[in-house]
Amino acid sequence: MRPSFSLRRLYAMLLKESLQILRDPSTFLIAFVLPMIMLFFFGYAISLDPTRTRIGLALQDSSAPALSLAQAYENSRWFDVSGARDVATLKRELVAGRIRGIVVIPQDFSRQLQSPGGSAQVQVITDGALPNAAGFVAAYAEGVRATWAARQLAGDGAASGEPLELVPRYWFNPGLSSHFFLIPGSIVIVMTMIGTLLTALVVAREWERGTMEALLATPLTMTEFLATKVLPYFLLGLGSMTLCTLLAVFLFGVPFRGSVLALFAISSAFLVPALGQGLLISAVTKNQFMASQVALLSAFLPSMMLSGFLFEISSMPRIIQWITYVVPARYLVPSLQSVFLVGDLWRTFLRDIAVLLLFGAVFFVLALRATHRRIA
Amino acid sequence: MHGRLYAIIVKEMWALLRDPRSRLILVLPPFLQLFLFGFATTLEVKNFDVGVYDRDGGRWSQEFIERLGGSPNVGRIVSLSSPQAVRAAINERAVIAVVMFDQRFSADLSAHRPAVIQAVLDGRRSNAAQIVAGYLGVIAAGMGAEMVADAGASAAGSRSETVISHWYNPNLDYLWFTMPALIVVLGTVSGLAMTAQSVARERELGTFDQLMVSPLRVHEILIGKMVPPLVIGLLNAALYVILIPTVFGVPLTGPVLLFFLALVVYLLALIGVGMLVSAVSLTQQQAFLGSFLVTVPMTLLSGYATPVDNMPAWLQVVAQADPSKHFLVVSEGVFLKAMPPVEILVNTWPMAVIGLVTLSAASILFRSRME
Repeated sequence: MRPSFSLRRLYAMLLKESLQILRDPSTFLIAFVLPMIMLFFFGYAISLDPTRTRIGLALQDSSAPALSLAQAYENSRWFDVSGARDVATLKRELVAGRIRGIVVIPQDFSRQLQSPGGSAQVQVITDGALPNAAGFVAAYAEGVRATWAARQLAGDGAASGEPLELVPRYWFNPGLSSHFFLIPGSIVIVMTMIGTLLTALVVAREWERGTMEALLATPLTMTEFLATKVLPYFLLGLGSMTLCTLLAVFLFGVPFRGSVLALFAISSAFLVPALGQGLLISAVTKNQFMASQVALLSAFLPSMMLSGFLFEISSMPRIIQWITYVVPARYLVPSLQSVFLVGDLWRTFLRDIAVLLLFGAVFFVLALRATHRRIA
Repeated sequence: MHGRLYAIIVKEMWALLRDPRSRLILVLPPFLQLFLFGFATTLEVKNFDVGVYDRDGGRWSQEFIERLGGSPNVGRIVSLSSPQAVRAAINERAVIAVVMFDQRFSADLSAHRPAVIQAVLDGRRSNAAQIVAGYLGVIAAGMGAEMVADAGASAAGSRSETVISHWYNPNLDYLWFTMPALIVVLGTVSGLAMTAQSVARERELGTFDQLMVSPLRVHEILIGKMVPPLVIGLLNAALYVILIPTVFGVPLTGPVLLFFLALVVYLLALIGVGMLVSAVSLTQQQAFLGSFLVTVPMTLLSGYATPVDNMPAWLQVVAQADPSKHFLVVSEGVFLKAMPPVEILVNTWPMAVIGLVTLSAASILFRSRME
């Protein structure tokens, strides 16, 4: 009867795994270069914040009010305006995607403005193929017109001012920088990559090359085997997370209001189901190509798209909202964002950690069974 | 030479399609992804829950709450009774926003004094929060405007208004944007991985050396490796082009034949990038992780997640080297904008250049490895 657990065997295997990790430059790429690329993109390049949008302005009226309205559009800090006399030229630009909207001040603008009971219409045409940009152009084009109209009225001596106004205050992120939530979100992606994709690939390689059978024929027990496969990648995941956090805080100025303990507790809890899923995928596919495709589909894409990191879960159709409940990343994203931006909210953290550990247990049991079946 | 080329193509197609599980993984996921991600990946904000902390309890705060409940975008309205409850509701994400009325709210409005509604929003989701604030602001402004009109105080002077029309997508349905974009993104993700790994797998198993010592020329081996991802990519895209207008109701307005021409060029450019990755990697693991390292920036730069317009100027220049960026313009244009052939070609030739550069670089690298 061999002992079910031996520190010496464990140490030997851990050494083998760690050497394997250190020797392969691709592991290093995924654990340290990919996070830096992602943080760079989410920190500098990708922004959901509105910036200046290119629009075309067709000014068909040369009266003073029309010119002053055109001036108002050109001076707006939301638009880069290129002018043209006719709409046809601008339409071609819109189809090509070189501008995102057209503002038309029609010929009869000032006549309508001055006729009693008349209403001067400014036409705004947007590029609906990009719905968000279109909504933005519509709202801000109307805003420019309304402000201009109010100024005109004020010039006439009439009182202006909203009778009822809504004053929004944004907690945790008063400056509304989108990278405050994108960067913690990208940490989730990085940990999914290391936990699930890397583990799935590495173990699938052992199966594919037949070294798995060799390992299973050694005195190594199943617990030891899992521990040696899981521990190095667990540490790698935490290391990569730490690097991301340091970069986020010191390079990108993302606030860190929670405690380091909470950060590590949540991240560790997430790595359990991530690693379990990786082991399960490799045990079922036993082939690197299949493992990589399955991991991509079942781990990476859901973490990106169904975790609430980029897309609001409440906006999704009900059936897809149910599906998000089985995506582990869904429980990590909110907690991670809170640890960065709010502080320690242990009640929600503990709930999320419990769910993650439950997922982890299920994945590990399934992975164990799949491995056993394979040997038998 | 044609016999050899034919043989290697048959061999590559067999290698891909022999295994029933790998046939499944090539065909099933595109379906699932289209449905799952098509509906999930919306930047719209709908069905959100709002908290109300009403210290006024008067006629006008009730009026606002009713209007809030009538908004199609609002899910549940949660009544909160203390500042602590407000904080807890936001912290635990029970609501994304809380509107607060002070004690004098109704009194002020009834006396025609300007009144203010305070709103607290969850800045952790700053993007969604801003959109929610926009909705709430519109409700407040609408209510205010009606009160002014009721009071008979509407200005009799000059009036102007904005008439808005959204071309190509009149209701700004987000699905209409997502569907053509998914053809591009899913193509990038699977095309790159498939190409990068096919060479690396042979290299890892040692069969690549056998290919190299066979009478096959390097370019014949490369063409053989290019055919399966091209065929699979075309089949998947054809499936999407059929499903998107019929099942999802997104209009297909442009020239379909030219779309497929652009698609072939796009796939060749992708395959070129995949080949480059596989030329520099020794194992499947390296090839897969390498292709992933390329996929992430390519997807992010394509304009799918965030518009290219929003990126800094220098990055917009870098994005020109991303085939996905060009094909996204073609795909959106052909589906929604009835894009004229000239514009399609304008966006196709950069992909041809990218394909030419990457494929020649890959074949040079393979040749140099052989010696």
